[in-house]
Amino acid sequence: MTGLRVAGGGPVIPSFGHVNACLKHNGWFCTVWVHDHWGDTLQPALIQHIKLTVIAVGIGFVIAFALALIGFRWRFLHAPIGALSDFLYALPSIALFELLLPVTGITTTTILIPLIAYTLFVLYRNIVAGLDGVPAEVLESARGMGLTRRQTFFRVELPLAVPAIMGGLRVVTVSTISIATVAAYLIHYGLGGPIFDALGQPDIFRTELVAAGALAVLLALAADGLLALLQRALTPWNRVR
Amino acid sequence: MLASLFIDAFRFIPDNPHLLLQKTWELAELAFTALAIAIVIAVPLGLWLGHRHRGLFAALGVSSLGRALPSIALIGFFIAWLGVGFWNIEIALVVIGLPPLLTNAYFAVEGVDADVVEAARGIGLTESQILTKVELPLGLPLIIAGARIAAVFVIATTTIAGIVGGSGLGEIIANQAAYGLAGVFAAALCVSAVALLATWLLGFAERAAYRKMAPSA
Repeated sequence: MTGLRVAGGGPVIPSFGHVNACLKHNGWFCTVWVHDHWGDTLQPALIQHIKLTVIAVGIGFVIAFALALIGFRWRFLHAPIGALSDFLYALPSIALFELLLPVTGITTTTILIPLIAYTLFVLYRNIVAGLDGVPAEVLESARGMGLTRRQTFFRVELPLAVPAIMGGLRVVTVSTISIATVAAYLIHYGLGGPIFDALGQPDIFRTELVAAGALAVLLALAADGLLALLQRALTPWNRVR
Repeated sequence: MLASLFIDAFRFIPDNPHLLLQKTWELAELAFTALAIAIVIAVPLGLWLGHRHRGLFAALGVSSLGRALPSIALIGFFIAWLGVGFWNIEIALVVIGLPPLLTNAYFAVEGVDADVVEAARGIGLTESQILTKVELPLGLPLIIAGARIAAVFVIATTTIAGIVGGSGLGEIIANQAAYGLAGVFAAALCVSAVALLATWLLGFAERAAYRKMAPSA
């Protein structure tokens, strides 16, 4: 990506004593800084953030799905699993990161465990609600057609639950992107890195704060849009009206 | 190691009751003031837009944009702009609380059966009577559900505000050097107690609203 910088701006000429006016006045968005530090600050942070989000949501989805199957099949376990996910969700994120730091050290694992734990709350509830929402008469006709319990689940219940599941996945992906920025308070990783660097300056470095914050918002909106498109592709019957 | 941490945290609570109570009070003050302001702004606006069946795009946009805003960047933005202070953090908290309230209030009224509204109009109710006597009671459970989501968001964000100089339990959580891991964990338990209590109370109100709506069920 260094090629991009050279192509865009040519060699960087140090300007001793001539600080850019925008930076001197701590402007809200100095394009000069964003341009100069895209390659060494913003872009690596953005890529780290995407990695965190994909891994956390992926693992969270697998765990939530397994838990939802358990809670759906064995009803008496539904309330305790729900209560556990409520409790995990209510714990403040910074405290969870701090508690894990002595156990898992300065690694991405320390960031990922709380992020995964937070996804369970919404995902578990949405998956169970989606499976529960299948109308009784639909299940009745599936049985009437001679489908086995397994066939009913994979061919009827699961496809009909897709909108609720995807809805949960969208909410979780967006909130994971937001919560992941907080982790940088302890571990300099992801878009929270530049945000906390900016907050750590005596005057708060506005450009870096706004640029990294805006990248997090754009990433969340892009991810939400992509998942909305995926939802449309997965439920073709919803488009035929 | 974790077991001893649990014991230390539970020892921290009776050892520092005054500190924890005071910080919990500060957190509750910040969070519930913001929640109240957000309700006063968002609920009437959402009800009105939903009644007019207008602004669907805006309601959806606000909700996804609101969730996408990283709270630490938002608080940082207001502090960079206005400086640290109760009301500056309060503004950021209100902004965090608005989207779920607005979206839920909108869909609560938007989703009321059109036939019911038509019937109310037919028996001669004015538009404001329809809104307050038909749509509001029918949509109340969903509106309270929005308040529950907003409460969790706002309490979580109040904690994060501790990092950048906000008061309350977040101050303890962000300052491990002074209070130790046991103090952090004890404060975290207090935060989750406040959040769970708020969720539980609003969930109770939500179920009560459902029952009132359908007394036969």
